[in-house]
Amino acid sequence: MSSGAEGLCIDRVHVWRGDRHVLKGVSLTLAARELLHITGPNGTGKTTLLRVASGLLRPEQGQVAWLGRPIASARAEYHSALAYAPHEPALKGDLTPLENLGFMIGLKRRVQAAELKAHLVRTGVGECADLPVRVLSAGQRRRVAMARVLASRAPLWLLDEPFTNLDRAGSELLSVLLAEHVNAGGMALVVAHHDLSIAATLRRLELA
Amino acid sequence: MWTWFYRLASPPYVYGTAALLTPWFLAAAAVTISYGLVGGLIFAPPDYQQGDAFRIIYVHAPSAWMSLFAYSTMAVAGAIGLIWRIKMGHAVAAATAPIGASFTLLALVTGSLWGRPMWGTYWAWDPRLTSELILLFLYVGVMSLRPAFEDPARGDRAAALLSIVGVVNVPIIHFSVVWWNSLHQGSTVVTIDGPKMPGSMLWPLLSMFLGFMCFYAAVLCMRLRGEILNRERQSAWVREAIHP
Amino acid sequence: MSADPNTVGAARAMMLVIRRELCLSFRRPEQLLQPLVFFLIVTTLFPLGLSLQLSLLKEMAPGVLWVAALLSSLLALDSLFKSDADDGTLEQLALSGQSLTVIVIAKTAAHWLLSGAALVLISPVVAVALAIPPPAFPTMLLSLALGTLTLSWLGAIGAGLTVGLKRGNVLLSLIVLPLAMPLLIFGAGATDRAISGTSAAGALYFLGSLCVFTATLAPFAVTAALRITLE
Repeated sequence: MSSGAEGLCIDRVHVWRGDRHVLKGVSLTLAARELLHITGPNGTGKTTLLRVASGLLRPEQGQVAWLGRPIASARAEYHSALAYAPHEPALKGDLTPLENLGFMIGLKRRVQAAELKAHLVRTGVGECADLPVRVLSAGQRRRVAMARVLASRAPLWLLDEPFTNLDRAGSELLSVLLAEHVNAGGMALVVAHHDLSIAATLRRLELA
Repeated sequence: MWTWFYRLASPPYVYGTAALLTPWFLAAAAVTISYGLVGGLIFAPPDYQQGDAFRIIYVHAPSAWMSLFAYSTMAVAGAIGLIWRIKMGHAVAAATAPIGASFTLLALVTGSLWGRPMWGTYWAWDPRLTSELILLFLYVGVMSLRPAFEDPARGDRAAALLSIVGVVNVPIIHFSVVWWNSLHQGSTVVTIDGPKMPGSMLWPLLSMFLGFMCFYAAVLCMRLRGEILNRERQSAWVREAIHP
Repeated sequence: MSADPNTVGAARAMMLVIRRELCLSFRRPEQLLQPLVFFLIVTTLFPLGLSLQLSLLKEMAPGVLWVAALLSSLLALDSLFKSDADDGTLEQLALSGQSLTVIVIAKTAAHWLLSGAALVLISPVVAVALAIPPPAFPTMLLSLALGTLTLSWLGAIGAGLTVGLKRGNVLLSLIVLPLAMPLLIFGAGATDRAISGTSAAGALYFLGSLCVFTATLAPFAVTAALRITLE
């Protein structure tokens, strides 16, 4: 088991939502070349755990640390190192996929349109790169979101139900991309209610 | 040295201490308010200019003062809850809001009753009463924001932020209203200012101020205990306290 | 981490955000026009409801103009954060690695350009309809510019707190209007003095200092409000 100093470490985190004790002392560590599959029945706090990991939600007790430092003290660096893909693909409907990516990646680093187009082609939506996102199907939007995660070059991926709305080819593609990312030294937290078959080091965390 | 401060952050401690303090505050309030009312309503001489009408100052001025004091308390308590994440801060802020709003309403009603003999009308957009009215709107804003959130913790934090923004604005609002009123001086030149006060008038008034503070403290303790019970209802000590 | 030529500084990030806001707004031009039309409609209500006497209109004009500007600015505030909160891009902005305060400043500035500045530009049309004499226009325009800018900031605080709430726009008005009363007093007061020929300098100075004060502190309040909303 890794010490956590090289990656993400979540230590005995408690979260209440109103009266519900959603996360009861959950801990996990994640190091390079690891993929952690978070699973469990509905309502057990999988999305909440992901939001705590991303730093959006501050836990009432417990701590989240990245590379040994609490994320609250190095927020900008931590966010530069992660890509968070929520359940609904976070895209502006009135912009094209290319414009969406250009803006979101452009906030992190200078990027050329050609590179973004290449990522969109890789995830299979190259031909809709110049259509407004609102005319794309749910599966196509999911693929655009995948392209965004790819283009972010972030070592840590936080993915919430990333296989939703993907057809079989899309699911296989996502599995391949995840495996490539992890095997190249990245790490990923994936929330999925079904089993994953990924050619990489896979650990499971079941929330109850 | 700081242990008493840490204990203030503990709900059971505050719950117990508030119960102990309430009767003392109530007694002090009863004594000071009685002295103030008797001294002010009966024994103080009538004002040469306003006659007996000025006597309402014995209720109006302390209410207006308390409305501002309560808003500041609410903002400070909310800030403590927001910045240091101490839940008691939010409990105090939530408990104090309706009390402050009631004082504001009382100040408005007594002010308007006072205005009737002075201006011939119940409302003449006097600068101080107008500021009180805007303060009432600020209270209503904070009190409406808190329950609008599904998660009460987020509602507390949002209300705390709003009350901090409000408390910064209160002096600005007051200054603006005074300026506005000086522009539009119309026929109402007499503001409901108190007369210059000899001792026989002043001491009962000061006593009323003190009495209202004690009354506020007593009611705050009572409401705070209710807030604590509600917020901590899942915890073991509350279940013990209710079903020993 | 040494100075990476690839990193994106605050200024560049702000330009990106402003460009995105402008781009999105111009793709839905009808949403840009609606608050402006509302402004025109509200100003029409007063002469219809009160009186046609030009002398009376002139006396009421500063107040009518300012109340209409306040109400239509409130309407426009709805679009500041709502669409981003609804489709999840607000979260992504908070996670972008850029300071959320910088992003907030850029969004609010863009929002003012599209709503407040537009209001200032069409105000002479409304002023003529309300019988405000042209010599008073410079003061009126300056007071409206400062006032709408301050209002964008106050409204951003309210919007940050209420985005995502049911009936959030009603709460938004409830929260922002009391805070905006000093603006109304000094803005209408400045215009009034300009119409009557006396110096409006005092009121304008106060409006200016209120604007600077708000623009300095509000970004942090808005950031705090958004973090509360995003939890």
